Amino acid sequence: MKAEDLKNNKEYKYGFTTEIENIKSPKGLSEETVKFISNIKKEPKWMLEWRLKAFNRLKVLKEPNWQKPKYPKINYQDLYYYSAPKSASEKPKSLDEIDPKILETYKKLGIPLDEQKRLNGIAVDAVFDSVSVATTFKDELTKKGIIFCSISEAIQKYPELVKKYLGSVIPLSDHYFATLNSAVFTDGSFVYIPPNTKCPMELSTYFRINASETGQFERTLIIADKGSYVSYLEGCTAPMRDENQLHAANVELIALDDAEIKYSTVQNWYPGDEKGVGGIYNFVTKRGACRGKNSKISWTQVETGSAITWKYPSCILQGDNSVGEFYSIAITNNFQKADTGTKMIHLGKNTKSKIISKGISAGNADNMYRGLVEIKNKAINSRNYTQCDSLLMGNKCGAHTIPYIKNGNATSTIEHEATTTKINEEQLYYCNQRGLDQEEAVSLIVNGFCKEVLQQLPMEFAVEAQKLVAISLEGSVG
Amino acid sequence: MLNIKNLEATIDNKLILKGFNLNIKPGEVHAIMGPNGSGKSTLANVLSGKSGYEIKGEIKYNGKSLSELSTEERAQKGIFLAFQYPLEIPGVNTNIFLRTSLNSVRKANGEKELDTLAFLKLIKEKSSELGIDEKFLSRQLNVGFSGGEKKKNEILQMKLLQPKLSILDETDSGLDIDALKIVAQGVNSYKNKDNAFLIITHYQRLLDYIKPDFVHVLSNGKIVKTGKAELGVQLEKTGYTNLV
Ligand SMILES: Nc1ncnc2c1ncn2[C@@H]1O[C@H](COP(=O)(O)OP(=O)(O)OP(=O)(O)O)[C@@H](O)[C@H]1O
Ligand SMILES: [Mg+2]
Repeated sequence: MKAEDLKNNKEYKYGFTTEIENIKSPKGLSEETVKFISNIKKEPKWMLEWRLKAFNRLKVLKEPNWQKPKYPKINYQDLYYYSAPKSASEKPKSLDEIDPKILETYKKLGIPLDEQKRLNGIAVDAVFDSVSVATTFKDELTKKGIIFCSISEAIQKYPELVKKYLGSVIPLSDHYFATLNSAVFTDGSFVYIPPNTKCPMELSTYFRINASETGQFERTLIIADKGSYVSYLEGCTAPMRDENQLHAANVELIALDDAEIKYSTVQNWYPGDEKGVGGIYNFVTKRGACRGKNSKISWTQVETGSAITWKYPSCILQGDNSVGEFYSIAITNNFQKADTGTKMIHLGKNTKSKIISKGISAGNADNMYRGLVEIKNKAINSRNYTQCDSLLMGNKCGAHTIPYIKNGNATSTIEHEATTTKINEEQLYYCNQRGLDQEEAVSLIVNGFCKEVLQQLPMEFAVEAQKLVAISLEGSVG
Repeated sequence: MLNIKNLEATIDNKLILKGFNLNIKPGEVHAIMGPNGSGKSTLANVLSGKSGYEIKGEIKYNGKSLSELSTEERAQKGIFLAFQYPLEIPGVNTNIFLRTSLNSVRKANGEKELDTLAFLKLIKEKSSELGIDEKFLSRQLNVGFSGGEKKKNEILQMKLLQPKLSILDETDSGLDIDALKIVAQGVNSYKNKDNAFLIITHYQRLLDYIKPDFVHVLSNGKIVKTGKAELGVQLEKTGYTNLV
């Protein structure tokens, strides 16, 4: 497909490219690349050593291949691991210093960064390819002792916090992609909420892949100290390209005693065209540790984009009485594939987890829920409830559910329910007879199907997500 | 308003309507009776634009050929079908469904869409007229509704959308005596000189409440007899034996 055709493909409205001068690392994965990244970020020695440890570990690891969606072998030597707009090489100190082209890009994406038009009550960290280009509302947050900045900045300014928590949930050598990320991660967000503080606004990061032949290796670390609360949201888009691009993120959450973290994702990476050409490989490791007693971590994800989505946001329920939740909508259309779900590992007593997964498939797409619920023998009186619903549109798509269940004690219970439904012609006819056209009817039925998950999102984003759900399924019936 | 000439409808290679003729003028109430399987629901489906039928002949609605209009366009232009078997749509809140429906119709007719508050006021009024408890409206559309409740919900939608041509397919079946009266009152209060009704029923008792101008007997895909209201009373006594 030519660039021209890509431009004509209007269905993905975030598919534009920003013409901007970049600084790139040498091509390919090598010690030199790792050093280049660490150096350009002016990282302390301990950080470089940590990266190199991961890089050396990577040499003996193999890419996993148990997942359902198969993909052509990725040539890791053919990728750039760092690409940043030249104008951002010295991180702008104020928004006035940001390259107008970047501001324009975010404006087009509906994320205004300039002072007057900021999103109401939402602090945004904007990550463009490999660097964070802006963080809004910083001053207000600082007053409360809340740290919200790019991870690069945190490494410089808060090394003790980073050293203590980075890799504490996703160990450096966890698995291939996590280790790859540990070696070459470029940017992402860092959040620290001090004890007994309720973060007064939504924190959000907006990830944008712009450069071609570039992988994005996001690293996010969120720490909620004792008795604190934070709600964090990430959004993602990328230009339309006929190559597949890799986004391999690591996200670590830590909730201490009585703390709560709510993490929401609206993922709308470029999904590829209707023939299955191009699109993002979204291979992400997200893991949260409910480290303290009575702590809570809740993952909500709306996954509509990417050629392949492969991720299992998980909770490790260490603290007694801690709670883990996973709410997911995964939509696959055309040739998109998703293999997603969660892991709930119960270690503490009286721990609870809840999983609500809604998979929607249309076209030739394939949607897999894969989830592990493991209650260890010491986690007495623990409970899990899982509900997996699949909605099929048409006859060429697929939905699969694989629950792995391990209950290590007799006082705990695990409950699993699953349903598969098809949007049927009769239902659509009924809606049409009431004056709704096909798109309206589908969006009404689909939004009804996903309601429980959409309700979990912060208000402003629920509306956006609802629209996104409808758009991703446009033209998939009738 | 509606002119049907020599209508033939085939589905899955089965010819069901076999030269059907009917003319309906504004303000008229037509009843169609006839044995099971004679093609009554098929007629309702064809008029409302359900897909899957092969159609021959001519159907004109306000002078225009219906075949050019999609199902939703017909609905937007005032054709309403109260289904014999209303569909359940899990997950979809009844209120939201009704509002989306009303606003689609309003939008298509160049009217302003109603906001949530205006809608709730309107729906409250309409549902109390039909003795429908508001609690139903916050449930999933038709899910777990009893047979009679589903039928009442259809009439509620009719009153909300204010159609020109209302086709009621066995709306009386499954209603208890009180509900039957309420539904009939609902129809009567909506009836005026500009709109028309096509009422499909097996029983005279509905026609005791809603007085038809014409009663047609449909048998084997054709109208075999047309009469005034008395025909219904007579059929109740004699059945279809002499006609079909
Ligand atoms: N898809 C189909 N394929 C074959 N035959 C069909 C199909 N749909 C309907 N029919 C047949 O068409 C005939 C007319 O059906 P229709 O539902 O219109 O009858 P009806 O007059 O409404 O009956 P009732 O009084 O029982 O509601 C029936 O014999 C039915 O079995
Ligand atoms: Mg019938």
